[in-house]
Amino acid sequence: MKIIVLVKHVPDAQFDRHLSGEGHTTDRDESILSELDEYALEAALQLTEARGGSKAGNKVIALSMGPAGAVNAIKKSLQIGASEGVHLTDGALAGSDAAATSLALAAAIRHIGADSPVDLVLTGMASTDGETSLVPAQLAERLGLPQVTFASSLDVDGGRITARRDADTHSETVEAPLPAVVSVTDQINEPRYPNFKGIIAAKRKSITTLSLADVGVDPSQVGHAGSWTTVTSAEERPPRTAGTIITDEGDAGIKLVDFLAAQKLL
Amino acid sequence: MANVLVFIDNPGQALKKSSLELLTIARSLGETAVAVNGELHDGVAAALGEHGAVAVYRPSAQDLDDYLVAPKAAYLAEAVNASGATTVLVENSPEGKEIAARLGVRLGAGVITDVVAVDADGTAHKSVLAGSYNTSAKATTPHTVLTVKANSVTPEPAASPSTPETVTVDVPAGATASAARITAREPKAASGRPDLTDARIVVAGGRGLDGDFGPVEELADALGAAVGASRAATDAGWISHDAQVGQTGKTVSPQLYISAGISGAIQQKAGMQTAKVIVAVNKDAESPVFEIADFGIVGDLFQVLPQATEEIKKRKG
Repeated sequence: MKIIVLVKHVPDAQFDRHLSGEGHTTDRDESILSELDEYALEAALQLTEARGGSKAGNKVIALSMGPAGAVNAIKKSLQIGASEGVHLTDGALAGSDAAATSLALAAAIRHIGADSPVDLVLTGMASTDGETSLVPAQLAERLGLPQVTFASSLDVDGGRITARRDADTHSETVEAPLPAVVSVTDQINEPRYPNFKGIIAAKRKSITTLSLADVGVDPSQVGHAGSWTTVTSAEERPPRTAGTIITDEGDAGIKLVDFLAAQKLL
Repeated sequence: MANVLVFIDNPGQALKKSSLELLTIARSLGETAVAVNGELHDGVAAALGEHGAVAVYRPSAQDLDDYLVAPKAAYLAEAVNASGATTVLVENSPEGKEIAARLGVRLGAGVITDVVAVDADGTAHKSVLAGSYNTSAKATTPHTVLTVKANSVTPEPAASPSTPETVTVDVPAGATASAARITAREPKAASGRPDLTDARIVVAGGRGLDGDFGPVEELADALGAAVGASRAATDAGWISHDAQVGQTGKTVSPQLYISAGISGAIQQKAGMQTAKVIVAVNKDAESPVFEIADFGIVGDLFQVLPQATEEIKKRKG
């Protein structure tokens, strides 16, 4: 199988995150591989390992779009077990919204599939920065491929994919022919950590750098200029401040209800 | 010609509150039409008129629910063109966002998710980076697609009701050709509690519950609240994953969020820090949740919660 896993470098959510610049874009210093992408990578590795791994000709390609720092998300993916990396990078991409991002990524996926067809495009359920979950669905629309999103389990057999999806009111089973665009939730597996062997092996794996020209996208179609939305203002919310903190002396439950009554919340 | 098209997927026997909110916002932007998928009961058709819909579009196909997302987006694109609307409002559910995503590509329209308010000029307001920023955004394209969060406005009927005409829209041939097919559907047991994302009050439990959600559920029922949970509690299997509040679960903005036995690390904070009032109960005085709580109790939740539940029952008589 040839699987592309989309990986994104995002600011670490453990720390304060900021928007800056004229376009109010996300600061990406101190960025890491988006935690939710690790589930997609793990799903890809499990699928290929079950088919004999790289020795049997299976490939897991980590594809990331972004500035120079995005290569760190690719390197981490190679350490975890991806077989090769592709970095789509171009100054004109800065400030791309979901529509422009999906356009550029669709072009990169077609480029990667030009020599041998791609069976699956795997993504996380959302990025941990933008959190819109728009890109997987837009990729499927642009590539004309079946969309299987929010999969909490995944099987591939005989050129078909079967997935389970869990909604609040029901669970469902979904089937589609390959190739397909699939996003997975954080319930699908337990992602592995890179081990020493993986870290050493990653140094010998290749990362291909692609520009917009390489994938046949005109710079005017992406970035701030090519995006279909624009952020007109961004204001940092004042941090919440701590209120009254009491220690239970046997009547805290009643004090809690007094507080709710005073706030007219009963 | 309508200005705004509201998509309501399977309205069922009665319109949900979130659908009425979409209609209320739509009317503030101009003449409103509605695109429905699934059955259209008489009561729902009447309610759409009471909320000012001038036209109701329905798909020519009845099997859109058998497929994931794609055919619904294809139908909706046709309904947008038929109605002449330039703004489309969709609910902010996972499927709603994906329908919006694909509709955006079909129409060449900017898509903005997680919207909480819309200005007359189409500027949408939302919060990003786990509630740490409030942003305004606008589509730069002729069409705008917005997914609007529940509890964003108070639903109101139109000043003068309308009698909407019903129009059938042809779903494009081939709309289902490259779509994933839903082959089985198993309903989950209903809890009888309000929906977590729409609830006015949420009572949530975490690691400190040590497997026993009883005190949280009893307090929730006394308050008419939804039950939420931290990732630690859902990962431990103490409660269904649907209840998870946080970065990888649901984002909630209730009037009141009661956090019990949850430390309040960033993953949890991301899902609840836009709540109006936060109450925290935790035995560890150093828990980060106390930094954002309006009212915090350092104490044993197995004492505090049942005492509060009893007191609420007593006061409510």
